[in-house]
Amino acid sequence: MLNQNGIKHYLKWSFCFLSEGLTKRRTVLLFIIGFLISCGVNFSKPLLVGSNHNFKTIQSALSSAKDGDTIFVYSGVYVENTILVNKAVKIIGINRPILSGDNKHEIMKIKSDNVLVRGFLFRDTGLNFIYDNAAIKLDSVKYCTIEENKFINNFFGIYLSRASNCIVINNELEAFQTKETYSGNGIHLWQCREMTIKNNKIKGHRDGIYFEFVKRSEIEGNSSQSNLRYGLHFMFSDSCRYYNNYFTKNGAGVAVMFTKNVDMSNNIFEYNWGGAAYGLLLKDISDSKILRNQFIKNTCAIYFEGCNRVTTLENNFLENGTAIRLMANSMDNLFTKNNFIGNSFDVNTNSTKSYNTFESNYWSEYKGYDLNKDGIGDIPFRPVKLFSFIIEQNRPALILMRSLFVDILNVAENIFPSLTPKTLMDSKPKMTKYL
Amino acid sequence: MITIDNLCKRFGSLEALKNVSAEIKKGSITYLVGPNASGKTTLIKSILGLVKPTSGTIILDGEILNGNFRYREKIGYMPQIASFPENLTVEEIVNMIKNFRESTKTYDEELIDKLILQKEFKKRLKNLSGGTRQKVNACIAFLFNPDILILDEPTAGLDPVSSSILKDKILSEHKNGKTIIFTSHILSELEELAEQVFFLLEGQIRFNGTKDKLINFTEKQNLERAIASIMIGG
Amino acid sequence: MNILFKIIRYQIHDISRSKWLLFYTLFFFLITYGLISFSNDQSKVILSLLNVALIIIPLVSIIFGTVYLYNNKDYIVLILSQPIKRKILYLGLYLGLVIPLAFSFVIGTLIPLIILGKNIPVQIMLILFLFAAGLFQTSIFVSISFLIATWNENKILGLGLSIFTWLLFSVLYDGLLLLMINIFQNYPLEKALIGFSVFNPVDLARILVILKLDVAALMGYTGAVFQKFFNTNFGIVVSFLFLIGWTVIPLMIGKRKFSKKDF
Repeated sequence: MLNQNGIKHYLKWSFCFLSEGLTKRRTVLLFIIGFLISCGVNFSKPLLVGSNHNFKTIQSALSSAKDGDTIFVYSGVYVENTILVNKAVKIIGINRPILSGDNKHEIMKIKSDNVLVRGFLFRDTGLNFIYDNAAIKLDSVKYCTIEENKFINNFFGIYLSRASNCIVINNELEAFQTKETYSGNGIHLWQCREMTIKNNKIKGHRDGIYFEFVKRSEIEGNSSQSNLRYGLHFMFSDSCRYYNNYFTKNGAGVAVMFTKNVDMSNNIFEYNWGGAAYGLLLKDISDSKILRNQFIKNTCAIYFEGCNRVTTLENNFLENGTAIRLMANSMDNLFTKNNFIGNSFDVNTNSTKSYNTFESNYWSEYKGYDLNKDGIGDIPFRPVKLFSFIIEQNRPALILMRSLFVDILNVAENIFPSLTPKTLMDSKPKMTKYL
Repeated sequence: MITIDNLCKRFGSLEALKNVSAEIKKGSITYLVGPNASGKTTLIKSILGLVKPTSGTIILDGEILNGNFRYREKIGYMPQIASFPENLTVEEIVNMIKNFRESTKTYDEELIDKLILQKEFKKRLKNLSGGTRQKVNACIAFLFNPDILILDEPTAGLDPVSSSILKDKILSEHKNGKTIIFTSHILSELEELAEQVFFLLEGQIRFNGTKDKLINFTEKQNLERAIASIMIGG
Repeated sequence: MNILFKIIRYQIHDISRSKWLLFYTLFFFLITYGLISFSNDQSKVILSLLNVALIIIPLVSIIFGTVYLYNNKDYIVLILSQPIKRKILYLGLYLGLVIPLAFSFVIGTLIPLIILGKNIPVQIMLILFLFAAGLFQTSIFVSISFLIATWNENKILGLGLSIFTWLLFSVLYDGLLLLMINIFQNYPLEKALIGFSVFNPVDLARILVILKLDVAALMGYTGAVFQKFFNTNFGIVVSFLFLIGWTVIPLMIGKRKFSKKDF
């Protein structure tokens, strides 16, 4: 009986390794060893928690556990005080047991390395602004894994500080606060190294994913939507990558600030509408890459402030209010091979000078011609319209949007450019869009 | 009976009517005569309420005209220039006016028959000649059997046959006891109709009396010469 | 009242036979059809239609209204010699012109929307606002044109005034606003701008519709202030009252002038 369970759970465990991308051979080897372990030589028996089992609470199982033990928690609702995990154990929920914070306290605190938590539903931490109540809090740990859990109605979801080499994977988090100040972050990382945040779904938190002072980490394949503030909030986190993520309908989109060497690729940023909403807000970013992302229907697709040497390559900007808002303190940025299609304004800037390069983009607004049929328009394209320039300096002028007067102004400026930055132009506009 | 008392009308600096007073008896035919811009049309339009007098009053059958409109049921008016919505047919125009004057239930369609207007009934107004439009205009004026007929240059633009048909109609209506006021500058054509003559010059009535009196007064043998002599005499 | 309906009926009858109205309908039909065929984003179609509605409708309404009244002067004299109240005739002429013009716009725009619109998710509110904008532009500018034509006997002067009025509301007013925004750029102008915009029926209709679209989000703080006014029931009611005012006040002044006028 025990062994059978052991085998069953072992199988699950090893599949997890599979998905971690270990080579097949190593997995098979591990599998065999694990099989032997779970069949015969029980170094340690799993501890079982449940109403019909030895342990009624997880905490009591933990106090009996040794490093390396596995604790199986059977389905049921567990309302305990904050569960303190200070041993390297695997805590695995069977049929998704519910761990509740009873709207009062944190649910689980992990203080040991090599802990795995899987298969639970964490709920109702309650608000606490002093302790930043989180469903799971990991402090100063290494090699921990949080996977396949659900989080409902928590203040903070997964809170990692001073951690390294941890994996947060396949979790789903949802919160229901409506005010930013009463809401915590979904996956919160502070002062971490080499972390992987992968395939999580986060909804309704303050910031979906929060990164502060995190280095060399990856954010991959997550979906972060309808969060009250940012889908991803990313600061002082050099040399990180985020890719294949989906950010939609967040209060203010995604913010990436005060960072070098960020690689942002293959993400989708869409429907971030609102007075202060951005698809992607970049502040003091340098030497970074924005590659093959989709920006769809955002108030402002990318906002550049104090950014240097950022390459924006092969992105799609579709039907945004403003595709690119480029502040004067941004220099030496390169925009190339992007598609700009159906945006109300393609590029806005607040300066008559621009030291950035736009080259070989496709602009749906481009009205030029290509006589020599080389696929490149023969006259340069100026993406900054006079009106967008005016509103940049004078927001209330937006009330004149789509007025006939404004159309006339734009046409006049187009013929005799005088106010819009002369250097800001695409001298090789592409005639057809990039596929 | 129409009583005009001290009627004045100014158009800006132009005095179109200066203290005009006159009386038009029921059943009379009054001939308004005078050179162009003498105030004939202004006087007619004042009676119709189209022109608002600067001062003075007009009393029509005991009713002071003061922006009221019902009294116009008693009037048939034939303006100098007839204009209608261009895309309507003659029939529609006739029906339209009938609709507007719904208090009258019996129509006098004699003139329509005599002028053979039925054959134009399906045509749109924009396809009609000036003469035919004038016929439509005349027919509408007589259609409602009104007590008072005001005809501004009624024969202008009509061919001689139609013109004489119209003249006969005016006479026969006079016999029926209608009050008739007309203007014309073609003196010979309608002078025989006139009973009473108002001669207007520069907005004033210079002569007001019967045709015979006018002829006697000027010692000329006919109305035309009589009027000419007043005009010269000033 | 009875007479009023009769006048309206004959006016509609007359105008609806003019080739000109057919062109007007066809124009909207082709524009809408073309826009929908070339774009699959409905909010873009609505925005373009709005542009058309706010430029073409006022221009056509004011010019056609002025010319119409001048050209029908003799006819008006004929009607006025009938036992009909002047006020009734004026209202009859007005409604007799506004109704076919409005109908033209609605039919010309609606048919392509129905034929082709099934491919795009229809935002009913937006379309209703667009139609409301178009209808108000028609009623307002015919009303103004009647006032101009009643006030001035001189055809050329009247027509010139009409075109100038159109230019004033469509272009010059916005130019002056921009100038003001520039001069007072250090002051919070949003509320003042709301105040100014209600005095231009074209701006008012434009702002109502663009705020219905997501465009408002573009405006940041400014947008939020405008939203707060124009997208609340109070603001919408106030805006509509102003639009009604823009229709009724020139109409009433015109009616009064018409009643006192010499023909």
